[in-house]
Amino acid sequence: MRPLLLRALPLALPGLWLALLVAAPLLVVLALAFAWPTESVPPIAPPWGAEGPNIEPFALVLEDPFYHAAFAQAALVAAGTAALCLLLGFPMAIGLARATPAWRLPLLMAVLLPFWTGFLPRLGAWIGLLRDEGWINTLLQSLGLIADPLPLLYSWPALFLGMAHAYLPFAVLPLYASLSRRDPAVEEAAADLGATPWAVFRTITLPLAAPGAAAAFLLVFIPAMGEYVIPELLGPPGAQLVGRVLWQEFFQNRDWPVAAALAVLLLLALLLPILLFQRLEARR
Amino acid sequence: MPLLSLRALTRRFGQTLALDRLDLDVAAGEFLTLLGGSGSGKSTLLRVVAGFETADSGAVLLEGRDLSGVPPHARPLNMMFQSYALFPHMNVAANVAYGLRRDGVPRAERDARVGQALAMVGLEGFGGRLPHRLSGGQRQRVALARALVKRPRLLLLDEPLGALDANLRERTGFELRALQRETGAAFIMVTHDQQEALALADRVAVLEHGRVVQLGPPRAVYDRPATRFVAQFLGAANVLEGRPDGAGGFDCPGLGATLRPEGALPPGTAACALRPERIALRPLAEGPNSAEGVVEEVAFRGDDSLLLVRAGGGALLRVGHAEEDGAPPPRGATVRLGWEAASVVPLAG
Repeated sequence: MRPLLLRALPLALPGLWLALLVAAPLLVVLALAFAWPTESVPPIAPPWGAEGPNIEPFALVLEDPFYHAAFAQAALVAAGTAALCLLLGFPMAIGLARATPAWRLPLLMAVLLPFWTGFLPRLGAWIGLLRDEGWINTLLQSLGLIADPLPLLYSWPALFLGMAHAYLPFAVLPLYASLSRRDPAVEEAAADLGATPWAVFRTITLPLAAPGAAAAFLLVFIPAMGEYVIPELLGPPGAQLVGRVLWQEFFQNRDWPVAAALAVLLLLALLLPILLFQRLEARR
Repeated sequence: MPLLSLRALTRRFGQTLALDRLDLDVAAGEFLTLLGGSGSGKSTLLRVVAGFETADSGAVLLEGRDLSGVPPHARPLNMMFQSYALFPHMNVAANVAYGLRRDGVPRAERDARVGQALAMVGLEGFGGRLPHRLSGGQRQRVALARALVKRPRLLLLDEPLGALDANLRERTGFELRALQRETGAAFIMVTHDQQEALALADRVAVLEHGRVVQLGPPRAVYDRPATRFVAQFLGAANVLEGRPDGAGGFDCPGLGATLRPEGALPPGTAACALRPERIALRPLAEGPNSAEGVVEEVAFRGDDSLLLVRAGGGALLRVGHAEEDGAPPPRGATVRLGWEAASVVPLAG
C-alpha cells in the first residue's frame, strides 16, 4: 500500500488547477455580486463591511425588463447561430465523412482554419468587407448596381454572419464524429430494401445523426450565449445581448456588482444546456 | 433461361483487377457459394450485382433484363450484409418492415408478413427489441428476416456466418439451407470458409484474381480440382510437381516415385494433386503410387491426426491418419505410403 500522499498526488494537480483557476474566480465573482458600488479604485466596497452584503444588484437584474430582454435576445441569437451552424455544418460533415482518407485530413484542416486565424483579424476582415466604403459596397457601386452604399455592417445579418463564421467548427466536428462512426453498410442496406436516396437520407441518415446534431447545437449555443465581441463589432446598436450588456456595465458604467450579478445569472442560465449536453454525451 | 447471368464482368480498382471478364450463370432456386481468398473479387461481384459498384464493362442480366444503370433500390433482389447493417434506431419489427414500407405495402399485410418472417427465423416475440439488445446470432437472424421479407427471387449473402462462433455457425448453416429450400429463392453466398462452401451449396464457384477458376457441385470440385490453386485452397491437397514420363505416369522427383492416375494423363499436365486423407500408411498396390518417407510431425486433430512426412525426394507431404487405423507412427519413423490411382488428380495450371 503506497502512502496516501503519493496516491493523492495525481489527483492533487488537477484539483489545484480547478481550485485556483475555476473555483477561486467564481467565488470572486460571487463576492463582487454582493459588493457595494463606490467611487473608489476599485469601484467597490466588499460585502463583509459594516453594511453587510448588498442584494441590490441581483434584485435589479431580476426585476428590470432591460436585463430580461438582454437574456432573451442572447438566447435567441445563440439559438439562431446554432441552427445556422447546423444547417451549414451538416452538408460539410457529410462531405467529410464520405471523403476518401487522402482527402479527409486536408478537408478537416479547412474546417478548422477559422480556429487558427486570430479572432479579431477575422472580424476586421468582415468589417473591411461590409462597411460603407468596404469592398462589397465599392464593388457594387463601381458596377453601377447601387447608387448609395448598402447598410451591411452593424446589422443583424452581419451579426449572424460573424457568429456562424466563428462557431461553425464547433458544429462540424461533433456532426462529423457521429457520421463517421456509422457503418456505411446501413445506408446501403436501406437502398437495397428499396429506399430511394432521399428516403435513405430521411429515414436513416438524418435520424442517426440526431444525437450528434443535438450535441453540435448545444456546443454552439453554450459559448454563443455569452458572446459580446461579435455583437459589439458587427451587430446593430439594438443588439443588447447579455454579454454586451455585462461588458458595458463593467467597463463603461463601472458598476461591478451588477456586472457580476449578470455573470452569475448567465452561468446559472447555461447550466441547463450544459447538463443536457453531458447527458447526451453519456448516452452515446 | 438462368435467373442471373454475368457476362464478361470487369471491374478495376486502380492497378488491380477485382473482376476479370467474369462469366457466371445462376439458376432459379439454386444455392451457389462463391469461394475465394481475400482479394479474389467475391465481394466485389456481390456488390456489382446489388448495384453498389458499377462494372467497368460487361453485363448483369436478371431474368434476361440488363441491370446496368438500375440503381440499387430499384433492383428486384436483396442482400444480407456481413456486418448485418441493422438500423440501430429501429426495433426488430421496424427493421424487418422497412423494405415493405418502402414498397407501400398496407399496414395489415405488412404486420402479417413481418410476423411470418420473424417466425421463420425463430424470433417471435422479439419485434420490440432494439438491435443492440440482441446477441450476435439473433442479429444475424434479423438481418436474414429483413432480407427475405420482400420474397426476393435472388438473395445475396456476404459472409453471413462470418461473425458467428463455431457452434452457432454449423447450426445456422443448416438453417440457412432449410430457409433456402423453403423460400425457393436463389442464394448466392460469399464465403472464404471452404467447409461452409462445400456443406451448403448446390454448386461452388471458386474465384481467383477476379475469375471463376472452377465451378461445379461441391463433391466434384473437391475430388477433381482443376488447378493448383483450387487443390490447395479446398482441403489443402498435396500438389506434386514433376513431368509426364511418356508412359502414362507422372514422374515426381520430390516424391522419389511415379504417380499413375486412372486413365490417361492429359497432355499439358504440370502437377498432380493428392488429398491428405487419400494417402494410406501402407502400399495399396505394387509398382507406382507408393513412396517412402520419414514422419517429421504428428498433429492430433480429434477425429484424425495430420502427419507431415518427408518423402525420399525431399517433398513434404500432408498425410491424414484416421483414428480407427490405430495409433499414428511416432516422429522419426520411416513409413511406406500408398494411394489409389483414382486419387491422383492431374492439374493443368
